[in-house]
Amino acid sequence: MPSLDDLRKRITSVKSTQKITKAMKMVAAAKLRKAQENAEKGRPYSEKMNNVILNLSKSITDKENAPKLLVGTGEEKVHLCIVLTADRGLCGGFNTNIIKKAKSYFEKIISENKTLKIITVGSKGYDQLKRQYKSYILENISFKESKNINYFDADKVGKIIIEKFEKNEFDVCAIFYNKFKNVITQIPQEQQIVPLNEDKNDKDDSGNDNDYEFEPDEDEILSNLLPKNISTQIFKAMLENSASEQGSRMTAMDNATRNAGELVDRLTIEYNRSRQAAITKELIEIISGAESL
Amino acid sequence: MSNLFNIDIVNPEQSFLSKDNVFEVVIPAVEGEIGILRDHIPIISFLKPGIIRVFSESEEQSFYVEDGIVEFKDNTLSVLTSSIFDLKDADKNFVSESISSAEAELSKDNIDDQKRFLLNHKVEVLKSISIN
Repeated sequence: MPSLDDLRKRITSVKSTQKITKAMKMVAAAKLRKAQENAEKGRPYSEKMNNVILNLSKSITDKENAPKLLVGTGEEKVHLCIVLTADRGLCGGFNTNIIKKAKSYFEKIISENKTLKIITVGSKGYDQLKRQYKSYILENISFKESKNINYFDADKVGKIIIEKFEKNEFDVCAIFYNKFKNVITQIPQEQQIVPLNEDKNDKDDSGNDNDYEFEPDEDEILSNLLPKNISTQIFKAMLENSASEQGSRMTAMDNATRNAGELVDRLTIEYNRSRQAAITKELIEIISGAESL
Repeated sequence: MSNLFNIDIVNPEQSFLSKDNVFEVVIPAVEGEIGILRDHIPIISFLKPGIIRVFSESEEQSFYVEDGIVEFKDNTLSVLTSSIFDLKDADKNFVSESISSAEAELSKDNIDDQKRFLLNHKVEVLKSISIN
């Protein structure tokens, strides 16, 4: 049975923790709105980019000589995984979910005896993965200094990927990030960016009437466009990630605030009870003392 | 019949410009400038550093772009670019900085002809902006 003093101290400490989580929730809510806006603003670009590439790849007849970024190297031996996480913690299951998704993919690759290479973006992912997969991690990129997500940063990651591809350092490249669905739900995603996966778009193949004029020719456009598309996909993933991070943090902090409130209530009741018990005990002592006289 | 069509200029961060009342757009494609009017055949092309001019009924706008892709289809012109600014808000310092960085790049030995051509062109366009 803790003493009255102990209880009082615990109540104050829980209350101050509650204040912090409440403040963090407010901050996350404000940031979330901005991040969500940015994610929505960024969507048209990546959508249009996808459309153009889709139209282009349809018109490519000579699959043999198509750019390798589109059709792949023909092998599937070396997998490069880009794991995008947050730089900061205290955001619920946000980072863990991405890592979980990535780990199951890693296990699959390793069990199939393929080579695995990892690049982590964001320090939290690196922290969680380095224990188990240290030898596979090529580098860790962090954009802690840049306040907002910008295309320039995404382009840096994109350039690293292209450079490695040109040196034949990998065959398949996949990125892992959280897709923002709504404030409560974020879905961890695995997306293959090299070679470009277009199976799901096969359905709307009917409208093949748009014969484009290309200037210069298709190959040249594609080989220029594909590296850009990689940066765009990374950028999209970063935007989705940042919205998800704030959403996840907001819900996590909301829960924490509520839990702290419940804890304070419970502790207060316990405190009042033991105070009352102490008073009653003292009264009984006085009364029985008086009676014995 | 109306002779107007739509234009969408988007950069990665946001939709930059969206209009539905333009009658001519001149874009600096890699193989020369292209003027686009309504009912142009579908085309996909690349941009080189240059100036996009958008003529609408009420006004004429000019934007500097560094690179990008254009697609014209169903009377909608989509311009995807990562670097664009309105000539009206051109920042003198930024322009001169870009010129000097491009010139520094040009002085390197290991660049190929195509890149040299693009950089030369970029410097030229930027200089013409800074004069105006």
